[in-house]
Amino acid sequence: MRAVGVLIAIAMAIALQTTLARFLVAGTAAVDLVLVVVIYVALTGGAVTGMLAGSFAGIIQDALSSGVIGIGGLAKLIVGFLAGAIGQQFIVTSALPRFLTFLVATVVHAAVFMGLYVLLGLRSFPSPWTAILSQAVGNAAVGMIAFTVLESLPGVAERRRAKRRM
Amino acid sequence: MALLDIRQRTGYLFIALTIGQIILISAQVNTARGIPVLEAVTFGVFAEIQRVASSGLSGMRASWTDYVALQEVRTENERLRDEVGRLRVGLQQERALAQRSRTLEQLLELRTQADLATVAANVIAGGASPDFRTMTIDRGTGDGLRPDMAVIAPAGVVGRIITPSARAAKVQLLIDRNAAAGGLVERSRAQGVVEGTGGGLRMSYVSGTADIQVGDAVVTSGIDGIYPKGFVIGQIESVEWGEGSFGAIAIRPAVDFSSIEAVLVVLTPPAAVEDETPGESAGAAPAAP
Repeated sequence: MRAVGVLIAIAMAIALQTTLARFLVAGTAAVDLVLVVVIYVALTGGAVTGMLAGSFAGIIQDALSSGVIGIGGLAKLIVGFLAGAIGQQFIVTSALPRFLTFLVATVVHAAVFMGLYVLLGLRSFPSPWTAILSQAVGNAAVGMIAFTVLESLPGVAERRRAKRRM
Repeated sequence: MALLDIRQRTGYLFIALTIGQIILISAQVNTARGIPVLEAVTFGVFAEIQRVASSGLSGMRASWTDYVALQEVRTENERLRDEVGRLRVGLQQERALAQRSRTLEQLLELRTQADLATVAANVIAGGASPDFRTMTIDRGTGDGLRPDMAVIAPAGVVGRIITPSARAAKVQLLIDRNAAAGGLVERSRAQGVVEGTGGGLRMSYVSGTADIQVGDAVVTSGIDGIYPKGFVIGQIESVEWGEGSFGAIAIRPAVDFSSIEAVLVVLTPPAAVEDETPGESAGAAPAAP
């Protein structure tokens, strides 16, 4: 059931991303909604769920983009694994740790993604730091809003407490 | 239970997925010689095994074969020398003919720009990843669209078709980091290559002596075989000098890529491609008299 939820979330993120990208395409501070979903899923579902979601979402995103299929998948797989591991090892329930997790995860994603393209000699990214940092802040902000909205839904807190008791 | 079992082996799963992704990437990425990396690595590994296996046998045969071959080397050398001489003469004749064709082509001004057949399309989606500047339009192969067709808007050049499906097509915008077009400065006719930077455009490979000023209009030169000649790309925004040549020429795109709703796809092949036919006839012309 959770897997279906994750797949729907990824599909919705890609649909929203392709819709919003039309209006953000000229800027470099675009938000990667698919990455936000992967980090969210990893933080709430753990490393395995995170890396499976990241791997799947990345490949779909690669297929819809004009890039090499697998580079985005690998980048999101690593981010999903790391974010999931952090979510399992540390208490990431307050605002600041969550914000930092989204921020760092976006930077790691960009480093792997751009690093692979540069390593393979397929693309160059001259002075990418402004774009990376603005996307990191954007992703973190959207991630925080997602956590706030989803946790305020009725019944979520109770279900989580009940799960912990079990 | 099976799921729990996998969860205990998170590390193995991570490694397996990573290797899977790397294999997927390797199957698509080519080496410098144009062979897929996966094929090159696989072939390289098996070639080494084959090399070791055959080295014993070939070592035994090598001495005898080399001795026999040496006796034929002088004859073969003489034959090859004669052949190289004949080929050099032929090459010079071909060069002379090509030069004559180019001159005639320029004289006759055969590069006429025909009326363009276009099809209108609506933008239905943007790029799935913020790292790639693409968009999707609602026309596909059913409407006559093919890869590498130019996409334009009233304001200027938008990009080119990269992946057409039956009823839609993906367009690589000119501002994408992998996009480029032949461009020329309208006032001074200085030529260069306009490249995307992810958010804007820059002009490269411009002669250091070219006359370029801020505000100059840049249009397509038509030499890339994709974009028809004379369409607006943008305006020179800034010019920085490097060591004896232009360091960086920034171009402000004429098209506002964030507000495109409808575009035109150019169905007519660009003039540069059409010129091949008159060029051939021009090349054949000198032989007639």
